[in-house]
Amino acid sequence: MERNVVVSRRRKTETTAATAAKIEGFDVLPADSEEAHVLAVDDSLVDRKVIERLLKISSFKVTAVDSGRRALQFLGLDEEKTSSVGFDGLKVDLIITDYCMPGMTGYELLKKIKESSNFREIPVVIMSSENILTRIDRCLEEGAEDFIVKPVKLADVKRLKDYMMREVRIESESNMNKRKSCCDLTESEPSISSSSSSSSSSESPSRAPVSSSAPSSPSPLDSPVRRLKMTPTE
Amino acid sequence: MDVMTQLQRQWREHTAYLRKEGYLDDQFEQLQKLQDENSPDFVAEVVSIFFDDSEKLLNNMAGALEQKVVDFKQVDAHVHQFKGSSASIGAMRVKNLCIEFRNHCEAQSLEECVRCLRKLRYEYSLLKNQLEYLFKLEQQIRAAVV
Repeated sequence: MERNVVVSRRRKTETTAATAAKIEGFDVLPADSEEAHVLAVDDSLVDRKVIERLLKISSFKVTAVDSGRRALQFLGLDEEKTSSVGFDGLKVDLIITDYCMPGMTGYELLKKIKESSNFREIPVVIMSSENILTRIDRCLEEGAEDFIVKPVKLADVKRLKDYMMREVRIESESNMNKRKSCCDLTESEPSISSSSSSSSSSESPSRAPVSSSAPSSPSPLDSPVRRLKMTPTE
Repeated sequence: MDVMTQLQRQWREHTAYLRKEGYLDDQFEQLQKLQDENSPDFVAEVVSIFFDDSEKLLNNMAGALEQKVVDFKQVDAHVHQFKGSSASIGAMRVKNLCIEFRNHCEAQSLEECVRCLRKLRYEYSLLKNQLEYLFKLEQQIRAAVV
């Protein structure tokens, strides 16, 4: 399926640089040779260790924190601090956060980030051990880029690289990608039957529209994502 | 067969055994993929964190179940955490027991919870022994290289 990559927002990698197309009039950020920086948020030490390694081995720079509050502090978004910029000086290119955390949940963190004018552009990925349709929907509607069911695998992380590449997603494509058949449910959750969705995707308003041909109409929207296949170029 | 080859075979067989018996699932293999010359002790490090974490959680569960008025939500919170970390390292049997345990928490059945905790402790100690043996083999393999 043809996918039109509009611009490399953060960085260009060897594989997708060739496919990135510049659209006239659209500002292209200079590609830097640095690794993308991911802020990982998880209250579990075991999971932090694993996600950190998964990210590093996938050529990301990683900062791992143990709570939503710390994540906000790192970003400089903590209520107590008034500065809107100025975390450690390291730009954050992606945030990956656990859903279930004491204090501030990943969902609450997501909302805070999307409410911030400085940081709402940063893609946020939610991780959760529980494959609950309403939870996934809520997160996606709030602007989460992806929802990964734990335990996180190398293939999940490798797919994250694509968020760094793609500035724009065609809305119908987006809906199709975000709702795919559920794979094996390993937990004793009520089985999630297929459902059609009429909710629109949660595109950030600042993303430029893609002026290219849309793909053919998406397949019927099925049950929620377990593992999203975001790109055919894997 | 030299010592090294023997040890490596033992390691392979033991890993296969753990998979076959369901102690470990695919996720453990995922972790092994993350181990390389840059991070040669990765799996052992994660598992070590897991052991510390587990023992703490098991004690927390026991404590919560011993209260005069048992807060099943609290028990469930500990089990949920344990389920998560065991899933993250591929400890399948432990994870499945946690799932069962959570059902008992939801049903607020003290007797079942206590029984389940006992099973969980046992299953966890089995796993710990198995993994410690595996890591010991790895150490011996590394020593044999020198």
